[in-house]
Amino acid sequence: MNGQESSKVFMQGNAAIAEGAVAAGARFYAGYPITPSSEVAELASQKMLETGGVYVQMEDELGSIAAVIGAALTGKKAFTATSGPGFSLMQENLGVAILGEVPCVVVNVQRSGPSTGLATKPAQADVMQACWGRHGDQLVIVLTPASVQECFDLTVTAFNLSEQFRVPVILLADEIVGHMREAITLPRPEELKVVNRKKPDCAAEKYLPFSPSSDGVPPLASFGSDYIFHITSSMHGESGYSQNDPANAGEKIKRLFSKIEDRLDEFVLYKHYYDLQEDLDLLIITFGCTTRPARAAAMRVGDKKIGVLQLITMWPFPDKIVAQAAAKTRAILVPELNLGQVIREVERVAGKQTPVYGLHKSNGEGFKPSEIIARIEEVTK
Amino acid sequence: MSEQNASWKEYIKESMLPQMWCSGCGNGIVLGALARAMAKLNLEKNKVVVVTGIGCWGKADDYFTCSALHGTHGRALAFATGVKAANPELDVIVLMGDGDGVTIGGNHLIHAARRNIDLTVVLLNNNNYGMTGGQASALTPLGMVTSTTKYGNPERDLDICSLVDAAGANYVARGTVYHVPQLDKLISDGINKKGFSFIEALSPCPTHFGRRNKLGDAVKMVKTLKENAVNVNSSQAQEGDLKEGSFLIGKLAERYDDDFNTAYEKIRQKIKTK
Repeated sequence: MNGQESSKVFMQGNAAIAEGAVAAGARFYAGYPITPSSEVAELASQKMLETGGVYVQMEDELGSIAAVIGAALTGKKAFTATSGPGFSLMQENLGVAILGEVPCVVVNVQRSGPSTGLATKPAQADVMQACWGRHGDQLVIVLTPASVQECFDLTVTAFNLSEQFRVPVILLADEIVGHMREAITLPRPEELKVVNRKKPDCAAEKYLPFSPSSDGVPPLASFGSDYIFHITSSMHGESGYSQNDPANAGEKIKRLFSKIEDRLDEFVLYKHYYDLQEDLDLLIITFGCTTRPARAAAMRVGDKKIGVLQLITMWPFPDKIVAQAAAKTRAILVPELNLGQVIREVERVAGKQTPVYGLHKSNGEGFKPSEIIARIEEVTK
Repeated sequence: MSEQNASWKEYIKESMLPQMWCSGCGNGIVLGALARAMAKLNLEKNKVVVVTGIGCWGKADDYFTCSALHGTHGRALAFATGVKAANPELDVIVLMGDGDGVTIGGNHLIHAARRNIDLTVVLLNNNNYGMTGGQASALTPLGMVTSTTKYGNPERDLDICSLVDAAGANYVARGTVYHVPQLDKLISDGINKKGFSFIEALSPCPTHFGRRNKLGDAVKMVKTLKENAVNVNSSQAQEGDLKEGSFLIGKLAERYDDDFNTAYEKIRQKIKTK
């Protein structure tokens, strides 16, 4: 696995996430075990020791994300993994990472809820929690893997985007993908695109940790370097000290959005399993573990033109891609393992001109292709 | 590092003065003690990170010329754990109040002490939540009046030094804002000590706690600290023998156990030599 050749390996989704993190340069993990994400922690505890990094098993998830933020500020690439209830506990300090512009990666391998719910069963019901879980106006990036290969690849992408934009990135996996085992290709290190955060190059006394460069993202120094700087969870000015005037607060919040939204086109990731030029009878919009049964269903319904569009960048929502796809189909179907979270986004974008149908399941089971086929037949009658 | 001790002024950001705390508050005295401790140890400013929580004392990081991380209520130790575990070269000093560090943050405190991570905590105990308006904390004594215990506190307070000692910290001490030279030394010894160091600094909050409990002005409250303090060095007294209201000051516990980073590195070396 550490050789110079790209290699084909049989691996679990959660293991691929840990491998991807190490490949992306992660050298710090703080976490608290929770099913169905625990294998990420188990592997990270071993990998961090072996690669010169540090693993800390924290007392809870509130502490885990706080430790990740502290480590990230020393210059390390840092991450944690959890599931729904633990993710809820991380929300407050994720706000610190957003306002303090601290790069880090949080993996949420979703399980059924609410609360302890069906603790080990699959669900995709944390989508809105991932997008909106924190209080206040804020924006993060959310990526959703649908296969073990994507678990690896998107973990690398998550670190790259977090470093590039100084923003927490959430890898929103699910129990089915996290516990799935399949053959994947691990790239050679030189094949891998790894992004590192921009560091300041000004004189130490001139450094302002929140003064944006031309792309809206300020360079980030490390604690312990020549640069002395303050990071605060309070509203702050470019110097990093508290600043409470409305003009500064308004500008800061706007920049936190625009540094990501202005460059969304660069990282809207999706896959389409149909010819984009073709007019469709039905477009199935999927993410994560709904993708495979939807593809199987689309292939088995032979008499209609059915496409599958898999959303990977889930947040900020890829309005443009969904709108373009919606213009070429008579109807849209959104199957999801919740009672309606992503469908609302699809309706917002496409619902005025294209009928949008849902297929929702919240009983701790995944979709069978037959269930999706039955729904396809209903909505294309 | 020069042979000469640095001046405490090098560690205080004068442009941020005067400090924002109420008149009679003890925070400024502890701030000075910490700056003098840093100067005595000639700490390299760019190798120091002050980590704070929320509350009056949580604002203290603004006044230091080193790097700082001001986190969320109760979580300062968790942020600091990440900083120190990721970069053992740094001197990480954690400033928390009794509400922040013990009440909401108690779990992190127990585990940071158990983990014996090489941090220095200066916990400012003024017996209530100052910044929020003087509500009861886990260090408000039984029966005392606060804005949320107007007829007296029904809950007992915690002996936080005993708890941190029991959790396994390498260094535990208590000082007061009356016994300033001793407080300076307790803090510098704590910074010098490898492993988890915990210094409880008793400090008056005349604005809220003193006023509601008719404890007199700041001077009277500091005199009360003087009268009730029993120095561990000059007394054979155990905590249990003290008369009501009295407390021990000085170094209360010391161990020489490996800190977290040392223990972690030992394991790393073991797998390397396999």
